[in-house]
Amino acid sequence: MNEAGLLVHAFVYLAAAVIAVPVAQRLGMGSVLGYLLAGVAIGPFALDLLGTGGQDVMHFAEFGVVMMLFVIGLELQPALLWRLRGPILGLGGLQVVATTVLFAVLAVALGSSARAALAIGMTLALSSTAIVLQTLNERGLLGTAGGQSSFAVLLFQDIAVIPMLAIFPLLAEPGTAVAVAAHGDPGTLVSQLPAWGQTVAVLGAVGLVVAGGRFVLGPLLHQVARTRLREIFTAATLLLVVGIALLMTAVGLSPALGTFLAGVVLANSEYRHELESDIEPFKGLLLGLFFIAVGASIDFALILAQPLLILGLVLGIVSVKLAVLLALGRLFRLSLDQSLLLAFALPQVGEFAFVLLAFANQQGVLPPDVTGPLVAAVALSMSITPLLLLFNDRVLLPRVGTRTATEREPDVVDEASPVLIAGFGSFGSTIGRLLRASGVPATVLDVDSDRVDLLRRMGLAVYYGDATRHDLLHTAGAARARLLIIALDSPERTLELVRTVRQHFPQLTIMARAFDWQDAHDLLDAGVTHVYRDTLDTSLRVGADALRLLGVRAYRAHRAAQRFLKHDEESMRELTDRRSDRAVYVSAVRQRIEDLERMFEADRAEPELDRDAGWDAESLREEARGGGK
Amino acid sequence: MPRVLVQFAHPAFERSRVHRRLLAHLPRREGITLNDLYEEYPAFDIDVAREQALLLAHDVVVFQHPFFWYSTPPLLKQWEDLVLEHGWAYGREGRALTGKQVLHVISTGGREEAYQHEGLNRFTMRELLAPLEQTASLCGMVWAPPYVIHGTHRLSEAQIDTEAQRYGQLLIDLHEARVDLRATTRYPSLNHALAGVRVEGDR
Repeated sequence: MNEAGLLVHAFVYLAAAVIAVPVAQRLGMGSVLGYLLAGVAIGPFALDLLGTGGQDVMHFAEFGVVMMLFVIGLELQPALLWRLRGPILGLGGLQVVATTVLFAVLAVALGSSARAALAIGMTLALSSTAIVLQTLNERGLLGTAGGQSSFAVLLFQDIAVIPMLAIFPLLAEPGTAVAVAAHGDPGTLVSQLPAWGQTVAVLGAVGLVVAGGRFVLGPLLHQVARTRLREIFTAATLLLVVGIALLMTAVGLSPALGTFLAGVVLANSEYRHELESDIEPFKGLLLGLFFIAVGASIDFALILAQPLLILGLVLGIVSVKLAVLLALGRLFRLSLDQSLLLAFALPQVGEFAFVLLAFANQQGVLPPDVTGPLVAAVALSMSITPLLLLFNDRVLLPRVGTRTATEREPDVVDEASPVLIAGFGSFGSTIGRLLRASGVPATVLDVDSDRVDLLRRMGLAVYYGDATRHDLLHTAGAARARLLIIALDSPERTLELVRTVRQHFPQLTIMARAFDWQDAHDLLDAGVTHVYRDTLDTSLRVGADALRLLGVRAYRAHRAAQRFLKHDEESMRELTDRRSDRAVYVSAVRQRIEDLERMFEADRAEPELDRDAGWDAESLREEARGGGK
Repeated sequence: MPRVLVQFAHPAFERSRVHRRLLAHLPRREGITLNDLYEEYPAFDIDVAREQALLLAHDVVVFQHPFFWYSTPPLLKQWEDLVLEHGWAYGREGRALTGKQVLHVISTGGREEAYQHEGLNRFTMRELLAPLEQTASLCGMVWAPPYVIHGTHRLSEAQIDTEAQRYGQLLIDLHEARVDLRATTRYPSLNHALAGVRVEGDR
């Protein structure tokens, strides 16, 4: 591909994404479906703008999945991972085993050999980490029971890929193995080593990632951050991810698993947020590219040649996986809603199937006339995932389990609450309880169906769904309410909701939760006047109590905290005004340190936490003594 | 023996010269209770049930506070508003405090001469405390004229110590029933009355 060709390709991909994704989102379909449709549109069976090289792009774009797992790892503290071990091993293990066995039995029934059937079963058992996590995250559903279970299953599948890759060569029909040793065996440096040597290499690589992440990366990143060049920090982040991916590939492990591990190790690091925000755009673009490539790779010629076969395959695969997931969800005591979410999130076959099927071809495990239709079916199953979730969301869930809204009693129809609370986690629920105890029943919007059920049993008016959806806000009475309290767990979604509300319900007064200064600045910039930093009041209470325990009078400590709160809020607003004038290309790390520095300066300039001069008799005493002379 | 409750209210205790010393000389003994209101309720969220129980458990209520703008510190006013409930402290059913004795122990920067009709402050202490006197009266309590430490701006450390010892002794006398507040009502201040009302063992 020459230089002009590269630019043309880039132009085509970017244009397709920029046009298709906003349209898909406006239609409520989510970005993943937008990318997929964009891929179909520019693919060889519609506009045919790509020529050859679509497969190369797909290979390159798979790196987006690697980056996504790095980011996911960053958000997963080891402690949390340990807490998820039950679902990962139990739910994930059962899903992979049960699905593999079912598909293998079906394949045998359809005339496959036992070896080929096992390969097919394992391939189809996997789901698409990229599509599922992107979609669930976009809807804020990752924190729900169904979202967590989906995550656990996906994680187990990612781990299970490693033994699968090891087993595949053994499944080859004797005598059919093509000469693949040259490049077919997934190119590992260690494959020449004896078995114990390979094991040592694998353990060594994993140990290197864990120990390096623990002890070396922190100081290293510190040095890089001190250059205060944002792009160098970004380069270091990319270098880290690429390096780990290479290392893992070299010893025959999944690069996604390796970067995930590195992410988990770095989850407790102080540079977590910087790493995350630096990798985020690359991850997003590459994932988008990946989805486009999947869309473009759908072989419509094959589908048109054997429409019934392909359609049957897709339907069969999806319904078997769906049934297994639904049964497992119920077995693991998820509520019906959450089981449905799990089942409708994971019924597609994952991107790893492309790798495994190609691999199976090379190894002679499966003949091309089997893998061809399977690849098409896999791509289609991935494409319909957003549609299935949409179906679950809009058609199925409103009819079974937790309803979007409970049917109101006729007599309370007009008594719409003046307050909406978006998000009812620990932050929102405290607000809601206080308001309720004060006789102001708030209307709640939440995405966690288990929580919604509980709240409804408690008699609250709860709407189930994504609070950033304009129609849901409308149904919940946003047009008549006076206050919207945003207590969501994510700064991005908070900003999104702010924008929706300012556009559609300008009369609503917004009170928004912010997590740190950065969010607070963003919210103030977005025009929200009532901004509440998550931990501010708690810190002040701890500070005041610390003063008390040191022997300071309770009332003095109380007044000091009150004053400090006011002073801190004022400094923050000043800082926001000043920041908006400044260049934006300051690294996030540097920005936070500068903010802190300014705060300290402001503290020094105005330290009058103790200026209750009205209670100070010193001047009176002086006057009295002077007058007495 | 009468049980004495000292209701202490000072918003800026750490700046106070006099009250710090007064509290240091408070007799530590069963039957004399100190309730430090600003320390208990820095956010003004007075625990009414606790305060009422304290009142019921004592016979003499001593309000000790500085005299800011001719009145009590704001928390004490809030205390009155919330604790002296209708139907409990006053009103047809309100008999909880009947017969209990009330004494205000007050420090003022100005000298006693300033609290005269012809002085800077134009009213006597007793007159300035009229709302408190009427509050006690409505609750059926026995009102004693205030015990005032005047001219604190000019007091030397040694003089403050003397005042503090005297105050400590007064609390002991109240607890041991050697001072009968009922006999003091006609005096302008308890300081004036004290000589005449010590029941026995006068110094």
